[in-house]
Amino acid sequence: MKSPSARTWQTAVLALIVIGLIALALGGYLTPLSRLVIAPFVSAQTWLSTRFLTLQNILTSSQDLTRLRQRNLELEAEVSNLQSEIIDLKQQSAETRVLSALVEFARVHPENRYLAAAIIGRDPSPFMKYVIINRGSDGGLRSGMPVVTSQGLAGRIAAVTAGAARVELITDPASSVNVRLEPSGAQAVLLGSLTGELSLDLIPQTASVNVGDLVLTSGLGGNFPGNILIGQITSLRRRETDLFQQASVQPVVDFSKLEIVLLITNFRPVDIEPLVPTPGAP
Amino acid sequence: MATLLAFPILGILLVLQSAILSQIPLLQGTTDLVLLAVVAWSLQRRVRTAWQWGIIGGLLVGFVSAVPFVVYVVGYLLAVGFSLLLRQRIWQVPLLAMFIATFFGTLVIHLATLVALRVSGTVLPLGDSINLIILPSILLNLLLALPFFTLFSDLAKFLYPEELEM
Repeated sequence: MKSPSARTWQTAVLALIVIGLIALALGGYLTPLSRLVIAPFVSAQTWLSTRFLTLQNILTSSQDLTRLRQRNLELEAEVSNLQSEIIDLKQQSAETRVLSALVEFARVHPENRYLAAAIIGRDPSPFMKYVIINRGSDGGLRSGMPVVTSQGLAGRIAAVTAGAARVELITDPASSVNVRLEPSGAQAVLLGSLTGELSLDLIPQTASVNVGDLVLTSGLGGNFPGNILIGQITSLRRRETDLFQQASVQPVVDFSKLEIVLLITNFRPVDIEPLVPTPGAP
Repeated sequence: MATLLAFPILGILLVLQSAILSQIPLLQGTTDLVLLAVVAWSLQRRVRTAWQWGIIGGLLVGFVSAVPFVVYVVGYLLAVGFSLLLRQRIWQVPLLAMFIATFFGTLVIHLATLVALRVSGTVLPLGDSINLIILPSILLNLLLALPFFTLFSDLAKFLYPEELEM
């Protein structure tokens, strides 16, 4: 049995050792040693934790996957709905733009009464520049009524059925329109062509016509009302040996993008056929 | 039955042609779906209603188009007659017959249109007409000739099933 003084000594030595270790640790002298001891534990714990998390993911992923797939389907449906809404809105916006331009045109030309119609087709024959509109005699349309857009003259009605009508565009090879050139005031005839280009013929040699001059309907012949804009002269052919000048015209109407047109319903074309002298007639 | 079927089929093709394909030209040429249908139908071996289809097609297109009425009726009937002739002469190679009939059918209808327009007072330049309209239209029609022949071959087999010999 140890004496009480020996036990006191042991306690004192242990206390000194502990104090010494604490002092060394606080001073940072035990860091390499602690690193050496702790490293294997950290590695082991990391390995274990990783495996556990992997296992947990495997066990719980089936539920997540199902939920994610369902959510994905919902979102895809929502995206397609939104996309169709965007397309609808874009279409409505484009139609509104066209209609507001047409309303503006009707406001600027209050002397005429207008009826709007949509283009629903084109002539099956590539030789003919005709369009089909969705209004006919039931809507009060008659053959010969002028057809305009917000930009200017497009053509005139050539044939009418109850619910539809066929419009001859001014670009048709058989089309001819009496026009007036501004600012010179010269008269000419606007002709269509196979390619849809417009040209002017029968411009008097004496007329002072320049590139950039405006082309408007003259109203002569009674087929169209006067002062409807058609286009602008882009090039001029003038030769001393010719009887008349000729010119190319850039139309203000984009005939490849015609969607909605206005019909001037209060204009009645004048048939001047009986007044045209025929050879052999008394 | 096969004659009545011409109305919806040719009508739908005409609507497609007028509303969509007329707006997708090659130069100035466009596809003539009704002509392709009439020619493809006429070349089917067991079909007996080719002339009726030609008349119905001509009447439908003539009603919609501004081209003088008679052009499409006569043009389609000529195309049917030519197709029936080819069906007898080169029955072993119906696809070749389809291409030949499409080529000549398109040519005949466009030349008839040119003549009719000239008679009615609209003189179109022949060179431009050939380069910008007739040749591109022929090319477009030839491109669609094969699928049309296949479709109408199936339709003919459906309407006129082969008789089994016992």
